[in-house]
Amino acid sequence: MWRIIHQFGSPPWVYRFCDRVIPWLLPLTMLALVVGSVWGLLYAPTDYKQGDSYRIIYIHVPTAVVSLAGYYVMAFAGLVSLVWRIKLADTAMRAAAPIGAAFTAVALITGAIWGKPTWGAWWVWDARVTSMLILFFLYVGVIALFQAYENKAVAARACAILSLVGTVNIPIIYKSVDWWYSLHQPASIKFTGESAIDASMLYPLLGMIVTFYALFALLMMLNLRQMLTEEHARSSWLVKRLAH
Amino acid sequence: MANESSRQASNVSSGLPELNLSQFLWVQTRRHLGLLIASPGEIVNPLLFFLLVVILFPLGLGPDPEQLSLLAPGILWVVALLANLMICMRLFVDDFEDGSLEQLAMAPLPLAVAVVPQLLASWLASGVILSLVSPLFGLMLGFPLAAAPTLVASLLMGTLIMLLVGAIGAALTVGIQRGGILLALLILPLYVPILIAGTRALEEATSQGDPMVALALLGAGVTGGLVLAPVAIAAGLRVSLEL
Repeated sequence: MWRIIHQFGSPPWVYRFCDRVIPWLLPLTMLALVVGSVWGLLYAPTDYKQGDSYRIIYIHVPTAVVSLAGYYVMAFAGLVSLVWRIKLADTAMRAAAPIGAAFTAVALITGAIWGKPTWGAWWVWDARVTSMLILFFLYVGVIALFQAYENKAVAARACAILSLVGTVNIPIIYKSVDWWYSLHQPASIKFTGESAIDASMLYPLLGMIVTFYALFALLMMLNLRQMLTEEHARSSWLVKRLAH
Repeated sequence: MANESSRQASNVSSGLPELNLSQFLWVQTRRHLGLLIASPGEIVNPLLFFLLVVILFPLGLGPDPEQLSLLAPGILWVVALLANLMICMRLFVDDFEDGSLEQLAMAPLPLAVAVVPQLLASWLASGVILSLVSPLFGLMLGFPLAAAPTLVASLLMGTLIMLLVGAIGAALTVGIQRGGILLALLILPLYVPILIAGTRALEEATSQGDPMVALALLGAGVTGGLVLAPVAIAAGLRVSLEL
């Protein structure tokens, strides 16, 4: 057990791990993306109320789900780096931030595209939309803070603290925005509930959610490997490994 | 006994009287308040900023009193939030530059406790004054005097939480050149719940509702913030001081 944990703190081991996993995770994720998209976009039944426009759900919902999970991945890496001072955790945290921000941005943009035919407006101050926007700014804050520091080791510690503060705040922000929404919004805008979704639409959606988790993991590993290559450009283990 | 005598010996060598915790906190609070009073701009500028921005809203939205009084809760809270942001930008800068923050971090006292006097002084000099004069600004926007106690109470608590949360961002950015915009980016998302609870309290108060729920939530925020924020502030300052 402890050996496995120690291995995750060792850059050569993680580099090798990424090198081994990426060659089969990459084609598998791409295949799942294609299958899921075709299933969702062509074969899932048309919604009787929203027509075909609802099909963006197969991109929108998975990115939204994973973007929140991505923040917790980032904050957990930050916690590990603060408590055990493992340099690799810093790198993992930095690797997760831009990917999470990109997922959040995609969720917001697809939400706006979906909102136009459904709600009649590109932007609606819906509780979930607002929470998502704030999540995006939390990601951007971490990235901007890292960029602002000259000393990158110090920057990583600052980002770890910030992402932990954000973690404590995310549930509070979500609850408060829900509360605010119930106060401000008229009931005229109805969001057809996902709980009432039919199995023929649900299965491709669940498939896409799993696929997007895999995509996050894949992008994370690619990013991590890239950063390790930059950080350890002069290390003997990397030179040896790349020489092969 | 041996411990006691060695402690006295170290006192003699440093030539300074040893302070207990409450004396230390009192001395520090007085020092920070003295510094703030010595440069009145630090106290007056946020108030002037508050007044000027409040004036901008009627100019931008039109002088219709009914519309203004409808928007007054939101305007007052957003402007208080921005004024607080200004205060946070200055919070640790002087102490960081003249080295007294470094001395504080090396004092035989947890930094999380040692920063409390400065936060307290800053809140007394800015948040409390701003909250107490806010009904005057409210009158300019047609905010009813009957709801003034709720306005003062919500801002008293709100400015304290905003200062605590803002101080975390200030601690993380104090070492960065031109960190002002960055500070806004870091802490404004975290202010969302405070703003929602604060404006909710005012809306309930002006519409004959019950503002106690929102005020209680702000109180919970103060309690939680007082416990958790100093730890994060201390960690942030250590990062900025590269300790």
